[in-house]
Amino acid sequence: MSALIELSGVRKTYRSGAVEFEALRGVDASVGVGEYVAVIGPSGSGKSTLMNLLGCLDVPTEGHYVLAGEDTAALDEAALAVIRNRRIGFVFQQFHLLASMPAWRNVELPLVYAGVPRAERRERAVAALTRVGLADRVDHRPGELSGGQQQRVAVARALVTEPDLLLADEPTGNLDSGSTREVLGLLDELHAAGRTIVLITHEPDVAARAQRNLVIDDGLITVDRPTAAGATR
Amino acid sequence: MSWWETVRSGLAAIRAHRLRSALTVLGIVIGISSVILTVGLGQGAQREVEEQIDALGSNLLIVSPGSSTSGAGVRGGFGSASTLTLADAAAIADPEVVPDAAAVAPAATSSVSLVNGATNWTTSLVGTTPPWLDVRGRELSAGRFFTRAEAAEGAAVAVIGADTASELFGRLSPVGQQVTVDGTRVTIIGVLASSGASASGTSEDDVAVVPVGTASRLTGSTSTAVSTIYVEARSETTLAAAYQEVEALLATRHGVTTAEADFSIATQDSLVETANETNRTFTVLLGGVAGISLLVGGIGVMNIMLVSVTERVREIGLRKALGATPRVIRRQFLVEASLLGLTGGIVGVLVGIVGAQALPRFIDQAVAVSLLATTAALATALALGVGFGVYPATRAARLTPIDALRSE
Repeated sequence: MSALIELSGVRKTYRSGAVEFEALRGVDASVGVGEYVAVIGPSGSGKSTLMNLLGCLDVPTEGHYVLAGEDTAALDEAALAVIRNRRIGFVFQQFHLLASMPAWRNVELPLVYAGVPRAERRERAVAALTRVGLADRVDHRPGELSGGQQQRVAVARALVTEPDLLLADEPTGNLDSGSTREVLGLLDELHAAGRTIVLITHEPDVAARAQRNLVIDDGLITVDRPTAAGATR
Repeated sequence: MSWWETVRSGLAAIRAHRLRSALTVLGIVIGISSVILTVGLGQGAQREVEEQIDALGSNLLIVSPGSSTSGAGVRGGFGSASTLTLADAAAIADPEVVPDAAAVAPAATSSVSLVNGATNWTTSLVGTTPPWLDVRGRELSAGRFFTRAEAAEGAAVAVIGADTASELFGRLSPVGQQVTVDGTRVTIIGVLASSGASASGTSEDDVAVVPVGTASRLTGSTSTAVSTIYVEARSETTLAAAYQEVEALLATRHGVTTAEADFSIATQDSLVETANETNRTFTVLLGGVAGISLLVGGIGVMNIMLVSVTERVREIGLRKALGATPRVIRRQFLVEASLLGLTGGIVGVLVGIVGAQALPRFIDQAVAVSLLATTAALATALALGVGFGVYPATRAARLTPIDALRSE
């Protein structure tokens, strides 16, 4: 199994005035292609910082993060934007859909920045929405959809560029139990279809759906273990 | 992301906040249309004055009496003294003394009432000599001008302007008719063709031209003073020579040096220059005020764009997370600001042009809309949008996606 994500000696220090805060204190980890990994930990553990680094929204202060063979430490903001566009699909806790646009326009956004022609964008956006079971909601605005449906639109948006990595940050944090089942079921399906998924959560039962759990505490990965779901596979 | 894509997304953002966008655009519209109107007013006035002065004839020297100084030392304005006389005019007409003068016509102007039956019309009476017609570049639409013989004997004949003719006689032909001036019967022998222009603000078409002797008789004046002496130079090239000859002659005759002259000589060019200077001052002043309102409009665009950036922090963060580079974000906000500016510019130009058509109906002043001013106004509007959009757009581009996504 080849490694998609390779973290070695990753440190992240935040500085505000004279106060320094080390959010990550030397993280080593790797995630293989096709893996479904959950990162769990209490708030303040460095979970969000790790998510920002994995998503190329930020760069490490020290150490290296190699994504699909490319070291991100040396890249500037514009290059990081291109990596985010090509390699990563984001699913956020707050969905982050643009309220003024219908579902398919939200889904096509990453393709706009990738420079894909219009007709092809629409086609691929509709295909992605069909993939998440929203073929009949293509022209609905986010306000007209349930929370679970909105998060499925966000998943479709994350999938539309066929990224190497699906990065989900507390994807069920704002959902009721029914919608949570809906979205987690969708992630299971995607994993079964070969997607690499990194899921960040603080809920143990959500983490249990993944193959492997990384427990982060006080800026360090303290536990790296396969889950029951991973073991039975 | 292509430019067309960016423009489309900018239009969508503008449409999403219709009222706010409209109010922003309104500031630019007011600025641009007032610049177009004020510059148009200035240019219209300038063109009118130039036409009027052109109508005077290009080889013309206009000699006016200088200012008088009263015993108390109060100086009157130019033309308030009566230092020019018929004798001065006769001396200028001597080809030995002023060889470069082709023709000379004195003019003594006063106001009289002409009576035709029950119709009474007050007009300006010009007492002059036959060369007046050529020197002033006027033509007759009917009848004839008075002759040297009639001028010499002070015949009771008059040539009237087109407006005077229609006021006194309606559609009837005035030639051969008689009018009464203070009890004296005067025969109308000709009608001047309409000149349609005036250098002094009074109509050149409402006038009664009579021999200079007749004028004194009709007004009961014994003075030989004249209000203007028109001198026509032989050609444009001898205009300067004629100027100096007339100036030297009058100074000698009046016993003054040219520095303390009690008369003034104007050429067509100097009249145009003076008139344009006045106009330019007004145009610059009004244009400046309009320019300030344009600046305020531009600040309005910046204000709205800053509000828009603040309001859309989350959207900007999301777009960045999905792969928008800082350049793409900056461009998006710049295009949005430019669209606001350009829309304001186009609407402003339309309002300005409509205003330029409508305004002359309410005020007696032509408005000239020049292509140059219109193009400049559009370019300014676009530049305002871009210029005042740079700061908000840069702020949007600098937002880090993490902070932007986390903000509520």
